[in-house]
Amino acid sequence: MEILVCAKRVPDTSENEIELNSAGNDIERDDLVYSINEFDNYAVEEAIQIVARVGGTVTVVTIGGEDDEEILRREMAMGANQAALISDSAFEGSDGKGIATILKSFVQKGRYDLILTGAQAEAGGAQVGGMLAAMLDYPFASLVASIEVLDTKKLKISREIEGGNKEISEIELPCVLSIQTGINEPRYVGMRGILQVQSVPIPTLGAADLNVDHAVIGESAARVKRIDYFIPALGKGAKILEGSREEVIDQLIEAVSAKGGLK
Amino acid sequence: MAGILAYIAQKNGIVDDGAADFLAAAKKIDAAAPVTAILTGCEADLESACAKIRGMFGETWKVANQALAYPNAELVRKALVKILPAQSILLVAHDHFGTDLSPGLSIKLNATFVSDVVDITGIQGAKLTLVRQEFGGQLSTHVRCDISSGAVLNLRPGAFKAAEAAAVNGTIVDKSAEVGELVAGRRYLQTIAAEAGDVDITREPVLVSVGRGIQEADNISIAQELADAMGAAVCCSRPVVDAKWLPKSRQVGTSGKTVKPKIYIACGISGSFQHLAGIKGNPLLIAINKNSKAPIFQVADLGIVDDLLEFLPELTGKIRELATVSGKERMRP
Repeated sequence: MEILVCAKRVPDTSENEIELNSAGNDIERDDLVYSINEFDNYAVEEAIQIVARVGGTVTVVTIGGEDDEEILRREMAMGANQAALISDSAFEGSDGKGIATILKSFVQKGRYDLILTGAQAEAGGAQVGGMLAAMLDYPFASLVASIEVLDTKKLKISREIEGGNKEISEIELPCVLSIQTGINEPRYVGMRGILQVQSVPIPTLGAADLNVDHAVIGESAARVKRIDYFIPALGKGAKILEGSREEVIDQLIEAVSAKGGLK
Repeated sequence: MAGILAYIAQKNGIVDDGAADFLAAAKKIDAAAPVTAILTGCEADLESACAKIRGMFGETWKVANQALAYPNAELVRKALVKILPAQSILLVAHDHFGTDLSPGLSIKLNATFVSDVVDITGIQGAKLTLVRQEFGGQLSTHVRCDISSGAVLNLRPGAFKAAEAAAVNGTIVDKSAEVGELVAGRRYLQTIAAEAGDVDITREPVLVSVGRGIQEADNISIAQELADAMGAAVCCSRPVVDAKWLPKSRQVGTSGKTVKPKIYIACGISGSFQHLAGIKGNPLLIAINKNSKAPIFQVADLGIVDDLLEFLPELTGKIRELATVSGKERMRP
């Protein structure tokens, strides 16, 4: 099975506190630790496991600049067979539809049975996989929590729906699936593994290589634009317990006892 | 401006309880515009769902088709493409079904798509300004979108609070004939119910809930010891289940359980909306997190900014100490 995984490099929220910059128009990007979007990492692991069962190859692609190549190498160290970096200044400022349009051009240059994306990335858009599928006229399923290859023409998948229930479906290939976290246990990638793939060539493709129509990508074509970032003011905010740890514990026990929380 | 429509999900005749929220959201786009409800399905389920909705919406479009007995997003998309007027603004709930449906639908309609909208703050001509959140709710953004060729907006459940909706005597318009035959590359087989766990967290009055901040599997015992001392149960947020540190039956949130305790102690939980949506009944919500900017502090009643791995054992120690003292007191003649 030929599998393509679309991945993105994002600020790692488990490693950073995301803060506003002083101008309020972006996050503070100095000293930010980036990593592969967690959902995408699960997607790559899933692709590697499928190929281990039924054969084939795993290709990982990302759209970005030269800094983004590091996640491609990381995923190759995990076991992806090949990678491609899609990079062109014309792509900057693309909205979700623009990104899906660029990926569609890449998909059409190859021959893939299965395309995986993460269910969402740091902006919570949860949109590129579904858009890409519609552009290709492929079936799509979001929030996929398991994949079983039935034969060369179809998969049996489960989707995570409300209340922890699982919706089971059959889906025809080729298709696009967006992968939910927890579908597998992504393997650990050490420095040594990354060093081993350090010199493997990764092709870079631009707008001309992909025959992308400039009218539908980039900032000028984006119909959805982020104007600013701001700190949300939801609810009244917690009363922060102050004092030494011992004092905080005393206040907490008092509050919990008042609610009948200590047996 | 083109019309505003809302896709109201129904399963087994039960409509999404957020149906009235669509009216509240539509008012923020155009206070005067009527809102048309769209329901899909078949037979008695669809009829009873439509009957409920026509008391809220002026016009309800009914799409009856055997293929829509179960809401398969690909089939619903094909039906909607056939019936939606050009440049429509379609409102959909941002849940597992909306995520399945809307991105692809927007492509087929050549409409603008925005997901997980938490507020609508203004409209100037064809430019709609919306509020979204990024980085798991740590930051919000204003987003401007061009809706001149229509829009599909996925709205966060619960973000648009419906005022007491006036009862209306709406009409039902049968759109079934416009849809025709529906086929999809994806076929629904069955739903597998979530496994019951060893502890039913939905019935526990006091919950100690752990998130990513607990850092590793071995540290779960720190939370368990606190729970034991309090007579409480341990539950968790999604990353803990993803890491297989606790079973799925302990997960609170939209893709886990909905709990309604009296006291909820969130330990190292950032507070994503998917997690918070699983906490009902307005408990005393206590958040312990070393990141003072964690979104959980905006919704918690009490906040403690401290290192969990140090704070929890000390708290447990103090509670045990009090229990011992009061136990001795009771034993005194």
